[in-house]
Amino acid sequence: MNKNKIIKVKNLVKKFGDFVANDNLNFEVEAGEIFGFLGANGAGKTTAIKILTGLSKPTSGEISVAGYDIYKETEKIKRNIGYMSQKFSLYDDLTVFENIRFYAGIYGMKKQEIIDKTESLLDKLDIRNHKNSLIRSLPLGWKQKLAFSIAIFHNPKIVFLDEPTGGVDPVTRRMFWELIYDASNSGITVFVTTHYMDEAEYCDRISIMDKGKIVALDKPQILKEQYNAANIDEVFVKIAR
Amino acid sequence: MRTILHIIQKEFIQITRDKMMLPIIFVVPIVQLLFLVYAATLEIKNIDLCIVDNDLSTVSREITQKFEASPFFVVKGKTFSVEQSEKLIETGQVDIVLNIPHNFEKDLIRNKKAGIQILVDAINQTTGSIGSSYCNQIIFNYNKNIITKFSDLKTLFEIQDIKTINIEHQFWYNPDLNYKVFMVPGILVILVTIIGMFLSAMNLVKEKEIGTIEQINVTPIKKHQFIIGKMIPFLIIALFELAFGLTLGKILFNIPIIGNLWLVFLSATVYLFVILGFGLLISTLSNTQQQAMFVAWFFMLVFIMMSGLFTPIESMPVWAQKLNLINPVAFFIKILRMVLLKGSEIKDIKNDLFYLFGYGVVVFSFATIRYKKTN
Amino acid sequence: MFLNIDYQNLMTSLRVKNISKKYDKVQAISDISFNAEKGELFGLIGPDGAGKTTIFRILTTLILPDNGEVFFENLDIIKDFKKIRQITGYMPGKYSLYQDLTVEENLNFFAAVFGVKVEDNYYLIKEIYEHIAPFKKRLAGKLSGGMKQKLALCCALIHKPQILILDEPTTGVDAVSRKEFWEMLQKLKTQNITILVSTPYMDEAALCNRVALIQKGKILDIDTPENIISKFQHKLISVKSFDKQKLIKDLRSYEFSNSVFAFGESIHYTDKRQKTDVKEIVEYLINKNHKEIKVEEIKPNIEDCFMDLMKK
Repeated sequence: MNKNKIIKVKNLVKKFGDFVANDNLNFEVEAGEIFGFLGANGAGKTTAIKILTGLSKPTSGEISVAGYDIYKETEKIKRNIGYMSQKFSLYDDLTVFENIRFYAGIYGMKKQEIIDKTESLLDKLDIRNHKNSLIRSLPLGWKQKLAFSIAIFHNPKIVFLDEPTGGVDPVTRRMFWELIYDASNSGITVFVTTHYMDEAEYCDRISIMDKGKIVALDKPQILKEQYNAANIDEVFVKIAR
Repeated sequence: MRTILHIIQKEFIQITRDKMMLPIIFVVPIVQLLFLVYAATLEIKNIDLCIVDNDLSTVSREITQKFEASPFFVVKGKTFSVEQSEKLIETGQVDIVLNIPHNFEKDLIRNKKAGIQILVDAINQTTGSIGSSYCNQIIFNYNKNIITKFSDLKTLFEIQDIKTINIEHQFWYNPDLNYKVFMVPGILVILVTIIGMFLSAMNLVKEKEIGTIEQINVTPIKKHQFIIGKMIPFLIIALFELAFGLTLGKILFNIPIIGNLWLVFLSATVYLFVILGFGLLISTLSNTQQQAMFVAWFFMLVFIMMSGLFTPIESMPVWAQKLNLINPVAFFIKILRMVLLKGSEIKDIKNDLFYLFGYGVVVFSFATIRYKKTN
Repeated sequence: MFLNIDYQNLMTSLRVKNISKKYDKVQAISDISFNAEKGELFGLIGPDGAGKTTIFRILTTLILPDNGEVFFENLDIIKDFKKIRQITGYMPGKYSLYQDLTVEENLNFFAAVFGVKVEDNYYLIKEIYEHIAPFKKRLAGKLSGGMKQKLALCCALIHKPQILILDEPTTGVDAVSRKEFWEMLQKLKTQNITILVSTPYMDEAALCNRVALIQKGKILDIDTPENIISKFQHKLISVKSFDKQKLIKDLRSYEFSNSVFAFGESIHYTDKRQKTDVKEIVEYLINKNHKEIKVEEIKPNIEDCFMDLMKK
């Protein structure tokens, strides 16, 4: 049985002048999967994620995201994806609720739906007392969890996470990953880039990019066996060196 | 539509939460009106004058009296020697010499024409041109008196040897020569421009700097929704500033508001369309708030300096005067003076309004093209 | 008189005694004390906001502590700050390079600031600089993350400091560059330079001689990485099953469970009881309908220890 491929990338090429940022990428992501997208700085990860989220147009290639064509149906894609970047995507001079209301509002959610869903989110994150606190007054870990929750608030088919967990303590990092598992369990496909190689092992499948190309793509366990490495960090270093 | 409302709501919350915003909105107009109107006035009092009266007739004495009574002139000296008076100008002791020649009254009656010479120290251009136009004004008024006395006479005397004298229309609608009345509309324009241009220029760049713009770009928000949602709050704030400034002007200087207030705000809206467009254009071109600040300053300074608010347009070279065709500030100052002081109606200003509107369309199109959601 | 000299102390390059710092209402660090020996690679390990940067800013004389003392090579950071600045090399978190100067110009500039010539101490940076020398005419802003990091290190070393302070040098840098960077630090150590380095990456702790684990402005523990691991009091069990999410939930609700943390593909579990009964855990999981269960005892790593210390 052919599983539902929610992201299909065929021969993706992106050039900036003479520089080839993405050199003929080919991969597919299955619905509900946690897909890790790894690579060194400047390997072309950010370029690829920008193309998949409609922030940038590819030079050539056939790409569909959430069943829509990347060239013609960008707006439909945007309705069906969530995005959280390494920089904070929340307004730190707005409160928790104001941020939720704003982002949910621009996705066209109804007022009552926003209020109901906010209530359950506040309980889930255990921040009920901070509904009206400014984002800037919250600890980093909370902000990250909130940013993620807002990125999936409109129930997208796919959520893109661009290095979401930088700098938080190990316990908070794990709580964050549990949120990701939750989302994945509820059917949201998770596409994540990270610098923490140990985090790659939380993913169902990972791809490793080097100099604009995908050089490895498989389950973490299989890659470790294939490269005879104790962890993904070693795999990465063996590939990239 | 709801999307736009959500953006407007968010913008307003952020603006009110910014601790600097309230002072900016309320202190800036007060300070500008209080200080600039007094300090930046083109009104020149105490122009030093020397009168050379070689005629010593009734008419010449009457003219002399007019000058002595004027608040703008201080008669520093009287002499019969033209050479001596010229020396006074050369040494900078007086700004203007009024030379009434011998037989002035006689010529006037006999030839129905006579000449007065005005020598102006042109080193200080402002004092010079304004001083000479004050002279003009006084003599002109005196003329009118005589014309009414002897209604058969057309012109009694004319003035010779004056360069670049142009009685500006403002004298006509500002009968007391009250420069404050003349300045206030100009200052209001600057106020609206500062608020509109700076706030809009900084705002979008700020989202770029903190990175939220990326988040916005991956949402289904359409370009025009985002831009409209961003601009409406600033339009409202700038119009509020205008209302606040007008109120202050009325209270502090009792400026006349002869024209229709709706017309004032209509033209302000059209004008802000241009200014907000400029702000937006600047913010799409800049990557940091600092860059945006510099560029906005550059435009502001050029527009305001060229607008003739602080320096008379007449003393600019012709090409510079022509450049004001692309200066929205000059247009709006003109419109505002016309409507506020002269009571001009929509038919009088509609050409200017259409021009500004077209200008705004051009600037906004540029800005919208420059603001890309994708690259 | 000579009898009073503490010979042990002569080898100590840095002494930090009970320093605290408060910003407005936020207690950034409280009562931090540690020593670093000459030629030691000492790590401050902790997440963002733990206070690492505050400590480094105090050590580099950029800010004053509210209380406490710091001595560098027997120089007081308050009285002798000028001398201290001469012997300290500092690499701030965001590499304070001039993005609009070239590689070469940056290096020359930092040498000039300290009144030395690049040639004087070139031997010290030679090996690192050779990596970036091919790009010496390139603007620093145009370098990749790894190359910027190397250039910043060269700039911090060019005046031959006795103490090198590196604030999160490997944050945001990919795994390969991180590895290379740590190799460079190991080599520098042999030059008898005391190196203080901070990092949020727990796995980098193993590369230091000694580490201080920091959380919320307080030191959780200071020791060699090996000793910290040996102090871990629980038996650490790695558990795997087909459904990882259910596994986390079930283990949390297990009556003897002490801690349950996801670690990549497996779950790290500790038990409340003195003697952990592995068989019983397996039985419990079978009862909960888990498949492909794998349970084994493993050696903890620094991250396990850090999380354990955080709980206390």
